[in-house]
Amino acid sequence: MTLTSSAPVAADRPARRLPALGGFSPAVLAIEIRRLLRNRRTLGFTLIMPAVFFLLYGLPQRGQELPNGRPVTAWIMISLAVYAAMVATTSAGAAVATERALGWTRQLRLTPLRPAAYVATKVVTAMVLGLAAVVVEFGVGAAAGVRLPVRVWLLAGLAAWLGSLVFAALGLFVGYLAPAENVMQYLGPVLAVLAMLGGLFVPLDVLPHVLQQVARFTPVYGVGQLARAPLTNTGVGLAELGNIVGWTALFGYAASLLFRRDTARV
Amino acid sequence: MTSTQPAVELAGLRKTFGPVTAVDGLDLRIAPGEVVAFLGPNGAGKTTTIDMLLGLARPDAGTVRLFGGDPGDAVRHGRVTAVMQTGGLLKDLTVAETVRMTAQFHGRTRPVAEVLARAGLTGVADRLVGKCSGGEQQRLRFALALLPDPDLMILDEPTTGMDVEGRRDFWQSIRADARAGRTVVFATHYLDEADAYAARIVLVRQGRVVADGSTAEIKNLAAGRLVRATLPGADQAALAALPGVLAVEVRGDGVLVRCDGSDAVARHLLTRTAARDVEITSRNLEDAFLALTTADTTGA
Repeated sequence: MTLTSSAPVAADRPARRLPALGGFSPAVLAIEIRRLLRNRRTLGFTLIMPAVFFLLYGLPQRGQELPNGRPVTAWIMISLAVYAAMVATTSAGAAVATERALGWTRQLRLTPLRPAAYVATKVVTAMVLGLAAVVVEFGVGAAAGVRLPVRVWLLAGLAAWLGSLVFAALGLFVGYLAPAENVMQYLGPVLAVLAMLGGLFVPLDVLPHVLQQVARFTPVYGVGQLARAPLTNTGVGLAELGNIVGWTALFGYAASLLFRRDTARV
Repeated sequence: MTSTQPAVELAGLRKTFGPVTAVDGLDLRIAPGEVVAFLGPNGAGKTTTIDMLLGLARPDAGTVRLFGGDPGDAVRHGRVTAVMQTGGLLKDLTVAETVRMTAQFHGRTRPVAEVLARAGLTGVADRLVGKCSGGEQQRLRFALALLPDPDLMILDEPTTGMDVEGRRDFWQSIRADARAGRTVVFATHYLDEADAYAARIVLVRQGRVVADGSTAEIKNLAAGRLVRATLPGADQAALAALPGVLAVEVRGDGVLVRCDGSDAVARHLLTRTAARDVEITSRNLEDAFLALTTADTTGA
């Protein structure tokens, strides 16, 4: 190993300036996304597992129809896309926990990077992974024979994807709550339970009545209903919208509160 | 630019953690271009002082000015960077990705390839950080600190984990930058490192500066011999007049003479006075360090 000693010349240093956008940049996003693609565990849980679920539990329902004549496989596909996107955004948001545990965020405090730019990078990265999760799930569905009007594909996909923003906030909230490297080991099962209560794995009608009532207030329910609405033509009521707005506000507020506490700690 | 301002100005700096006073009224002024070793035993308050210097910790009392401004400003403009003991790295990025990413967080940087080369990382640029040795990770931290071409670089025990050759190359690089005008402050508990690479040594103990001077001055504190004897009513003036005597100190019945050569003092004490228990010790930097950083009665 050698260190060359060509020292910079102090005299002709260009003027110092602050980074544009507080340090938020496409180049950093590109590295963050490459980093995600390198993570086999994340890819397994967000892209592969939901697709396998569809092949295992969706395909056997082929030929069955919903009350409005649309295929049951589409119902399952959209539900699993919501699940895939929520796992994707939660884990990408919760990556903050790992970075805090490793001391990387402390290293970042020695750079001009603005904390808001850091969080923005995490949210955008999470949403890119969420989009990939929806696209892969829909792609597997289409390849397996799900046929829907373009309008339904687009609206359901958009709802599943944008709805997963709620879980990016949840991931950030947990990430700022617990600086641990393996936070997804605990969050994964929690997400599965929430997905079950949100009606992503089975229709809520098969659950006991009391559980059905409780399930309507859990954070996945609203997004699931919204994403399937273009398919079922049932529309979205105040209860569903209230659910989505309420949980987004709660997770977003909790995440921003902890984020501010974290950055104020000088 | 404010080149006439001191690079570092700490005044009355104080920090306590519960019942422990980590930094206890520390004053320090470092001019641009100085290479200063911050030397002290573990627990002397070096790291806490550096945290406050960089704005990572808030002092309970006192002020920190870097180039006349607050530390946050200096960090935002890339004027100060640091290689910290605890600074984390992302294991799932490659070495080059880590440098490229960090470069985006600064307004203006040296080219990534140049920084990698200067830190001796060109050969491992595509290696995942998690697969790098401790020394390589330390050099990566150094590379990140080089990026904005800072006016002031703070190094907290920088060569931890490096092998002998790596250590030598690292210091060579630091020295080259210092010659080009960069201010360098490094904390260490290795005396030889402070001696070999700093022009000025600041000795800290229990959160205070106990000695501050050029490396030669600090060494002089340690040079020569120390003659100790029991001699009630010692004639301080007579002892001070002996050849080679630097300082005479009377403590109760004891007398302490610091001198270049101990023969004349010993002969005088044993033949002309009633001194007993005469003891001669030679002091080296290690002893000075120990004396200054552990003795209860040492003043600043």
